[in-house]
Amino acid sequence: MDASIALLDFLKIGQPVPDARPWPRFVLDGKSWRHMVERMEHCAWVLLAEWGEADAVHVLLRDEANGAIAIATRDCHDGRFFSVSLARPGAIRLERAIRDLCGLAPEGLEDHRHWLDHGRWSERRPLAATPQEAAKAAYSYRFLPAEGEGLHQIPVGPIHAGIIEPGHFRFHASGETVVRLEERLGYTHKGIAKLVMGKPIADAARIVARVSGDSTVAYSFAFARAVEAATGCEVPLRAVWLRALMAEIERVANHLFDIGAICNDAAFGIMLAHMGRLRERLLNANEHLFGHRLAMDRIVPGGVAVDVDDIALESLAYLLSNLRKRFERAVTLYDETPSLLDRTNGTGIVPSWIVHRFAAGGFVGRASSRGHDARRVPGYPPYDVLDFPIPVHSDGDVHARLMVRVEEVRASLDLIATLAADLPSGPVQADVPGKAGEGTALVESFRGEVAVWVRVDAEGRVLACHPHDPSWFQWPLLEGAVEGNIVADFPLCNKSFNCSYSGADL
Amino acid sequence: MIPPIARLMFRHLLSGPATLKTRLAPNDAAVSELAARLEGAAKARLGRSLAIRAVDAGSCNGCELEIHAVNNPVYDLERFGLRFVASPRHADVLLVTGPVSANLAEALHRTWTATPDPKWVVAMGDCARDGGCFAGSYAVLGGVDKVVPVDLHIPGCPPTPLQLLTGLLALLDHAA
Ligand code: SF4
Repeated sequence: MDASIALLDFLKIGQPVPDARPWPRFVLDGKSWRHMVERMEHCAWVLLAEWGEADAVHVLLRDEANGAIAIATRDCHDGRFFSVSLARPGAIRLERAIRDLCGLAPEGLEDHRHWLDHGRWSERRPLAATPQEAAKAAYSYRFLPAEGEGLHQIPVGPIHAGIIEPGHFRFHASGETVVRLEERLGYTHKGIAKLVMGKPIADAARIVARVSGDSTVAYSFAFARAVEAATGCEVPLRAVWLRALMAEIERVANHLFDIGAICNDAAFGIMLAHMGRLRERLLNANEHLFGHRLAMDRIVPGGVAVDVDDIALESLAYLLSNLRKRFERAVTLYDETPSLLDRTNGTGIVPSWIVHRFAAGGFVGRASSRGHDARRVPGYPPYDVLDFPIPVHSDGDVHARLMVRVEEVRASLDLIATLAADLPSGPVQADVPGKAGEGTALVESFRGEVAVWVRVDAEGRVLACHPHDPSWFQWPLLEGAVEGNIVADFPLCNKSFNCSYSGADL
Repeated sequence: MIPPIARLMFRHLLSGPATLKTRLAPNDAAVSELAARLEGAAKARLGRSLAIRAVDAGSCNGCELEIHAVNNPVYDLERFGLRFVASPRHADVLLVTGPVSANLAEALHRTWTATPDPKWVVAMGDCARDGGCFAGSYAVLGGVDKVVPVDLHIPGCPPTPLQLLTGLLALLDHAA
C-alpha cells in the first residue's frame, strides 16, 4: 500500500457534497472513515478542527504536502464513529466534547470522562436529535492519578486569584516541582453551537463574535468569510482592507498586553504599566476609527459595518510612529534586564515534535519551530498581496513565545501602516445573496488559526455553525510545558500560552 | 552605564502622569439605582475604600479586557481607593461578568457566600444583566441575579473603562 497519498485523491472514495465552498466536503461510510484515520498515521494531513452534528461527525483537514484543504464527514446514524484521536491526540478533547454535545460515541477513544458537560445543563446531549433530560446531580470528575512518595495535590480554580477566566487546574507536586498538571475546563460553556441554529445570519454573527472576546475581530472575520463563501458574496475591496486593519490592530493590542502580563508574572510590573499605556492608545484609535474599542461587530457578512474617515486614519499614522518608538524602548528594557530573562529563559519548554503532533498554531507553535500562519497558508485577501514576515523560534520556552510576540508586533505595525496608507476607496458593504450553501473559513487570530464552518439556507438563516478556537490544540501542551517546573512558575507559563477558556469551552 | 529601567523611569517622571485628567463623576443612572437599594445602609463602615473581587461567570472575556484596562495607568482605578483583591474573603464587592454559565453557577454562589458582610454585587456587561445574546441557552442561567442578589448593573458590551469607573464610583459614594 502506498503510504502517502494526496488528501483529495484519497477522499474521492466518499460522496462529494454539493454547495460546499471554498473547500470540498466528502461523506464517508464507516469503513472508509476508518481507513482515513489509519491513513492519517502515515500522511501529513493536519487536523484543523473536528465537530459533530446530530448524526454526523466532521473533520477539517489540510494536506501539508500540497496545501489542499477538505472536510471529511462520517454519517453516524448508528451513533458511533471511529475515533480520530488514535492518529491525532489533539482530537481527544474534541471528541469528548462531541460525545457530550451530540451523544455520538467515538470508538477507540480511551478517555471516557465527560469534558464540557459537568452534569449541570438543563438538558444533556443538546445537539442530538432528541436531547436527554438534565442530569440528577453534577458529575464528579476523576483526575488522573500520580503516585509516588511525598506527592501532594494542589487544586486550583475554577475561580482564580487574578482577573482571568474560570478553569480548574489539578497539580500533583513533589515539593516545589510539578509532577503532573491536569486541566479541567468547560466552566464557561455557553452552548453557542445550539444558540446560533435557526438564527438570522446577523444575529448569529453577533454570537460568534463573542466566542472569545479578545479575538472578536478574528471570529467575525472568519464567520463573515464562511457565510460569504457559502452564499457566493463578493466583498468590496475597501471592506477587505478595513477588515485586515482591524485584525492587525487586534493582534498588536493583544500581544502588547500579553508581553506586559508575562513580565508582570515574573514580578516586573513596570512592563505591564508601560504596555498597558500603549495598548490603551490602540483601543482609543479603534474607538475613533470604528466606534468600538475592541471593534466588536464591526466586521459583518458582506463587508464592514462602518467606514473610516481620513482624519482618523491620519492620526493613526501619527500614533504608529510614536507607538513604535515606545515599544522598542520597552523591548530594550526586557533585553537588558537579566533578572527577568532568567525567569523566562528555559521555563515552560514545549518540544517541537509535540507542537507538530498537536498541530498547535500561533505563538505556541511558532516558538517551537512550527511556522504556520493562516494568513500565508491557505492565505486570504488582502494578505495575498501584502508582504509580512512570520517569525519562528525554536527554543519553545516562555522567552521564545514572548519574542515571537515582539516580532509579530513589529510586523503588524508595518502592516497597519501599509493598510492605512494604501486603503482603496469604494463601498464597504455588499448584500449577502439569499442562497443556501455551506462555507468554511480560516483566519489567523492573534492566538492562532480560527476555523469557522457554517451552513445557511436560502432565507438567510444559519442552520448549523461550528467555530473552532486555536486553544483546543494549545491547552494540552500547557500540561506538558509545566511538568518539571516549579509551581510558582505556573502563572508565567500559563500567561505565555494565554489560551482562551471561553473559546475552547464554546 | 545607566540601566534601561532607570532611563524609562526617568522619562516617565519627566513626562508626568499618564492618568486621564477628566474629572469623573459617578454615573447618574447608577446612582439612582443604588440609592433605591441601599438607602444609606452600611455607610461609613468602610471608609472611602472598597476591595473588589472579579468573578468571571462564563463571560466571553471581553469584559475582563476592560477590567484590566481600568487597572492600567491611564484609568488607574486605585487612585479612587478601589482595588482588586485575590480572594473573596478580602472583598467588599463582587464584580461579576458573563451570563452565568450553568457550570459555574455553584462556584459563583460559593464565592458570594465566602465574601464577608456587608457586601455588594456589581453585574458588569449586558450578558450579566439578562444573559445578553446568550440568553435562552441550555447552558446559561441568564443573568447574575439568578444566583446572587445584584446591587448595580453596569451596561455595555463590554462596558468601556469610563462606564466601569463611573459605575464603581457611584457604588463608592453610596456604600463607603
Ligand atoms: S457583556 Fe459582552 S463583552 Fe462582556 S462578557 Fe458579555 S458578551 Fe462578552
